[in-house]
Amino acid sequence: MRREVPLAITAIVGFALIIVYFIPHPPFNHSRDFFEDLFFIIAAFAIWLGCLNLLKVNADKVYRQKKGWLFSVVVWFGFFLMVIVGFWEGRGFMNPGTTFYYLYDKLYYPLNATMFSILAFFVASASYRAFRARNKEATILLIAALFVMLGRVPFGYYLSSWLPEGWRLGNITDWIMDFPQTAAQRAIMIGIALGIVSSSLRVLLGLERTFASGE
Amino acid sequence: METIGIWIAALLTLGIFSFLYKDNPFYKFCESLFVGISAGYWFVTTFWQVFMPKLADNLVAGRLYYIIGGVFGVLMLLRLFPKIGWLSRWSLALVVGTTAGLYFTRYLVSNGMIQVQNTIIPLYVKGNLSQTIGNLVIVIGTFSGLIYFFFSKEHKGAFGGLAKLGIWFLMLSFGASFGYTVMSRMSLLIGRMDFLLGTWLGLIR
Amino acid sequence: MNFLEKLLALDRRIIFLFIAIAVALPLFFTVKLHIEVTPVVRNLHNALEALPPGSKVLVSLDYDPGSMPELQPMAESFFRYCFMRDLKIIIIGLWPNGPIQANSALEVILNEPDIKKKNPKYGIDYVNLGYTAGNEVVIERMGSDIPVTFPKDYSGSKTEDLPLMKGVKNFNNIDFVYNLSAGYPGTVEWVLFGVDPYKIKLGAGNTAVQAPQIYPYLNSGQLVGLLGGMKGGAEFEIATGHPAKAVKFMFSQSVSHALICFFILIGNFAYFATRKKKGA
Repeated sequence: MRREVPLAITAIVGFALIIVYFIPHPPFNHSRDFFEDLFFIIAAFAIWLGCLNLLKVNADKVYRQKKGWLFSVVVWFGFFLMVIVGFWEGRGFMNPGTTFYYLYDKLYYPLNATMFSILAFFVASASYRAFRARNKEATILLIAALFVMLGRVPFGYYLSSWLPEGWRLGNITDWIMDFPQTAAQRAIMIGIALGIVSSSLRVLLGLERTFASGE
Repeated sequence: METIGIWIAALLTLGIFSFLYKDNPFYKFCESLFVGISAGYWFVTTFWQVFMPKLADNLVAGRLYYIIGGVFGVLMLLRLFPKIGWLSRWSLALVVGTTAGLYFTRYLVSNGMIQVQNTIIPLYVKGNLSQTIGNLVIVIGTFSGLIYFFFSKEHKGAFGGLAKLGIWFLMLSFGASFGYTVMSRMSLLIGRMDFLLGTWLGLIR
Repeated sequence: MNFLEKLLALDRRIIFLFIAIAVALPLFFTVKLHIEVTPVVRNLHNALEALPPGSKVLVSLDYDPGSMPELQPMAESFFRYCFMRDLKIIIIGLWPNGPIQANSALEVILNEPDIKKKNPKYGIDYVNLGYTAGNEVVIERMGSDIPVTFPKDYSGSKTEDLPLMKGVKNFNNIDFVYNLSAGYPGTVEWVLFGVDPYKIKLGAGNTAVQAPQIYPYLNSGQLVGLLGGMKGGAEFEIATGHPAKAVKFMFSQSVSHALICFFILIGNFAYFATRKKKGA
């Protein structure tokens, strides 16, 4: 029961969706629509599960007075601040001018944007400390990076504007992106596609069952 | 109210930036607040934009089969209770089945077959040298890249040579990706600097 | 420890300081730079130009504030372009933040004098259908029924009651899809679940991090055109004849790139010079 039911659900749903790709007509397309509608609701519950689990983990930290428990209180505060305001505002909570929108603009936005922006400093530091032309492969990587970095900004134009059209940094960058870069990305893409196809098949045939057993 | 908001936003921005000097309680406060607010935002958005229109409204309108989605959803939440957490695997199975079923065909077609089809291109384009070279690069680069990813045969001899060529193409691609990553990260920093110097301090227009 | 060794062991906080200055200082200057429109951006612009007024354009905003400096200028310039050309905008988000980002961009654009003159109306010229959970499955479901996938707009009005949505059943009734993407789900999913099965015409704006992965789709024609990072956004602003935020930031972007290149070169010089010395 614990293992067989999930495996059966997976196989039924998965094969129904594969069949409908080849026969997109009733009744198969109705089954697809039905499963997809269920999927949306489960996906939303999965988001709630994540949120509730976050609260649970942080509540545990506060209860046991673990190191840094005060920050767990801050997590709870942030969560309930948004939830209370969001529920209070009702369906138009996203409208500019609402308190929810204000909190989004003045708290969520700066925190989120700054969190990612500090990566700029680490990229710069890594470029200086670790980006070395130690061997042939690393040299190719480094040269491509330099071309793209300069060729993708106006600065590159001024550096190479004395060269004939077609040989400027921007043109070379375009060529790198359009041909060798595309070729390598395509190889990666095809490789990943084959991997996904084979693992999907393993899941649907019940050969891969880790998701259906064990916590 | 707007001015207070801008000051709060600026202080939170500086709080996150303070991590660059070293880890500190001000940064940890901002980080925790961010986590809580993010979760709260997702919670509310999901409620108003998924549960209400997709579940509640459909049930009220008499489309009772949506209750199945609700039941599977509640089963998902049971994961929070270790003793009956195994029931959540039923909903997980539906998610996995849907994803596997859709990915099987879509990845095979879009990222597999169509990409292969677009790599089978003329190796000589009459009167267009740059296109000829470009097409050759696409074909050789894709083929040698795939050879590199084929680990069932030892990379020796001509096969090894092709795999080596594949590595060079991959390195070139990673270099280009690095260049683009720098561009991306700098853009994000520009955005924050513009906020601090312009919106907050009013030093730039 | 000689000078080169000291250079190699430089405290990373000094590097941080240099970067902060390189990004911040150029913001004080207004410099008119030469920005070339690359073919991938030109192709997107041409595809949009080919749309007759009144065409329905679906815009999927799949990002959060973390990518705002790159993608928000693209959203704003695209909305401005659509309003000026009388293209009808249908907004959705595969990320929960998408619809609120759209509202934020609209707030800016609707207050511009040119757009105010046009006086676009919600429900007639543009709609925001909000977010729904389900990632790529949302795209798949939209292929058969958009009003079922998004039964209500972001503020709770019934989708079918919005004048702009009259007669919009699925992708057959959409003339163009424009996707702003910062990762998963995003442009890759739009190609896999929208372009190939439903033959939609897709153009995209991506964060620079993601852009290189998207290039094979341009080569295969699955994607009409691409705006890659802030530079792509600046090119689109130039192509549409309305330089704005992305163009303004290009000087800062140029200086910071030059500094990183300098760091790489100086780091390598110091590394090889000290290695040679040690070897000798």
